[in-house]
Amino acid sequence: MSMSIRMPGRRSFLRLLLCFALPLIALTSGSAFSQNGGELRFCLHSEPKTFDPLLVDDDASVSIRYLTGGVLVRVNRHTQDLEPELAESWNVSKDGKQITFNLRHGITFSDATPFSSEDVAFTMQRLMDPALHSSTGDAFRSGSGAIGTKIITPDQVSITFPASIAGLERLFDQVAIMSAHSPKKEMAVLGPFMVAEYKAGSSVLLRRNPNYWKKDSQGRRLPYLDSIRLDVQSNRDVEMLRFKRGELDLINTIDSDYFDRLAASSPHLAHDAGPTLDSDFMWFNQVASAPIPEYKRAWFRDTNFRRAISQAINRDDLSRVVFNGHAQPAVGPVSPANKFWFNNRLKPEPYRPDAARQRLQAGGFHLQNGALFDNDGHPVEFSIVTNAGNKSRERMAVMVQEDLGKIGIKVNVVTLDFPSLIERISQKFNYEAAILGFRNVDLDPNSQMNIWLSAAEDHAWNPQQKSPDTPWEAEIDRLMHAQASTADPKKRKESFDRVQEIVAEQAPIIYLVNQNALSAVSSIVEGASPGILHPQTFWNAERLTLNPTTRASR
Amino acid sequence: MNAARKLAWGLVLAVCAMSLAANWLAPAGYAKQFRESPGAPPSHRHLLGTDEIGRDRFARILYGTRISLLLAPAAALVSTAFAALVGGLAGYIGGIWLRVARGFTDLFLSLPWLFLLITVRALLPLNVSPLVSVLITFLILGLLGWAASARVLSTSALALRNSDFVLQARASGVQGPRLFLVHVLPNLKPVLYAQFWISIPVFILSEANLGILGLGVAEPLPSWGSLLRELEGMISFREEPWRLVPLLLLIVVLTSFQTLLSNEEVTA
Repeated sequence: MSMSIRMPGRRSFLRLLLCFALPLIALTSGSAFSQNGGELRFCLHSEPKTFDPLLVDDDASVSIRYLTGGVLVRVNRHTQDLEPELAESWNVSKDGKQITFNLRHGITFSDATPFSSEDVAFTMQRLMDPALHSSTGDAFRSGSGAIGTKIITPDQVSITFPASIAGLERLFDQVAIMSAHSPKKEMAVLGPFMVAEYKAGSSVLLRRNPNYWKKDSQGRRLPYLDSIRLDVQSNRDVEMLRFKRGELDLINTIDSDYFDRLAASSPHLAHDAGPTLDSDFMWFNQVASAPIPEYKRAWFRDTNFRRAISQAINRDDLSRVVFNGHAQPAVGPVSPANKFWFNNRLKPEPYRPDAARQRLQAGGFHLQNGALFDNDGHPVEFSIVTNAGNKSRERMAVMVQEDLGKIGIKVNVVTLDFPSLIERISQKFNYEAAILGFRNVDLDPNSQMNIWLSAAEDHAWNPQQKSPDTPWEAEIDRLMHAQASTADPKKRKESFDRVQEIVAEQAPIIYLVNQNALSAVSSIVEGASPGILHPQTFWNAERLTLNPTTRASR
Repeated sequence: MNAARKLAWGLVLAVCAMSLAANWLAPAGYAKQFRESPGAPPSHRHLLGTDEIGRDRFARILYGTRISLLLAPAAALVSTAFAALVGGLAGYIGGIWLRVARGFTDLFLSLPWLFLLITVRALLPLNVSPLVSVLITFLILGLLGWAASARVLSTSALALRNSDFVLQARASGVQGPRLFLVHVLPNLKPVLYAQFWISIPVFILSEANLGILGLGVAEPLPSWGSLLRELEGMISFREEPWRLVPLLLLIVVLTSFQTLLSNEEVTA
């Protein structure tokens, strides 16, 4: 028995060479073959409540809307500028009541139905239908009366509102356009991805929209990714473990403890994008009918007392100790991260316990054996409530407790479950001071009308006033209405700058810190550029790619 | 006394002694914040390092142990006394009182404990000092934790009620409170002891559960519950093993209590 080996001929050899060489080129050359494909994986921290883009009001649904919805204009998450999307251009009337959009031509929904001005009109009519109770639509409700939509041509549409809306065009960043003609309206999308599969309590699978209109500079259709898997996972510990194991590709927001641990082991995966729009703050209960002693209400309504408390709090320590340096001392209602609206003349209140003592003494308070007493001999003691389970706020409350102890004030820290806390601060007003936070997703001051107007429900220190209790609150009311009633950005900025100054002078809310935007992005993800605005890590999802070499190994 | 029980007694006494000597052993007060060194590893200055806001962990463990170990038995005493009153008396009287007491106990046992605790805690006045908050927390635990013990005690009292020596006492003319206090109650003692010892670790764990939810002992006072909260988010034991000391202490003390009470239970 003999065995023979047949050597390949020249042609066969070339074929063999091609077989080995082509995959090798694909793996190493990058741009030609590695741009497309792959599945990006990350977590939603709760179940999405809806897939209807007009009914979205929870974080998970907002993320899905961002990835699937096509909008007329988009706020660039890096530059904070407004950029054209489905609308090539737009024009707002001088009175701020009407906006006209010129739409892109030749775009289709994911189910191949054509996109036109009819869809924009349909979306706006549905959004503003009072029966829908859309929180996205609430932002457009400037006055009583219905909106008007006028289809000028298939590529041009104008929308008229009953009253002027300041910053009108930016509000369209949140409005995902729906199809007027598609049989499955919620499933027909104009965004880069579309919902392909939903397993309740488990995951949402998004697949690339084959009809997405955008192309990159080389003419290739976006998005690059094939799909995105969103696992529903509320436990942050598990999320971090899965990220470390390589089962997840990014974490949109992580707290400072996790961040530092990740940065210590894998610094290239941890991203600190700087201060966000979010703020943590403290305020005193000034409600006239609140069940608290009259002498305490008198302290809380005294500007000198509030300013002294503000001066006695060491914000640098709060930022450094509680957030491991991943936070900045807060200045006021607007974070320095909000490039246009932040009042640059304002600075964070410096830590000056001596100045605080002097201010209190000037206001009739006196120290006795290290404890502070008011004019009538009442020891200065109050409680601070915050929500149980929020470690950073609990730590801040304990540090404020120690800081105020240094000027003779006794503070009792009370942590309550969230529903009890909300009941106390918004219905029964049975509390003295509170530490909470404001998660701001909108750059425009109009989103803060519900906080600063004295008649507003969320006017934390003294809500739902029939008429402003103090002259400075009346002034804030006037300025907030003034900025909301003009379309001129310069005039609006002047008014809102003054609001920020009044808040700094009167300290009805004592701002503590602005947290940084911390996120984690796996090295498999290419093109990620985490920012401070939601969605921090995947705002450019359509341009994200997965490294082909790493992808193959997972 | 066997060796295991001796060891258990030794451990419990040693832990108690150390916590009582906290004023001398602790390098700093439990509330003192060393803000320049938050989350520091163990050193000669801070034997077990510092917590997230720079408080000495060793000092907080000593003071926290004092609070948990002093007040958990106090809460156990309250709950056992209440259980004896409801369960013991109902078992002794018998009849409709026993049925009513058992129905009430079953109803109480069916309540969701944790939610009940959270609700009661939320209804309390806010402006109380941390020390008062500690007393309130354990008093609530004591007042809410009697039902399981009451069931055991009612069954034991019912058995005693029908026993020969109680019948003989009755035949001799002993009645009412005297019969209960002189003849029944002393014979319930082993069961009461057992219920008392069982309740202590239960209350320590309940306070720890409340502490993990942030609803236990008010800051800046430490307790085992608040100390165990530090373990939240700890992914690897190898990173900072010294943070596990409160957990180890809890395991040692609870195991010791279990070792001690097993003999009592056998006696009962």
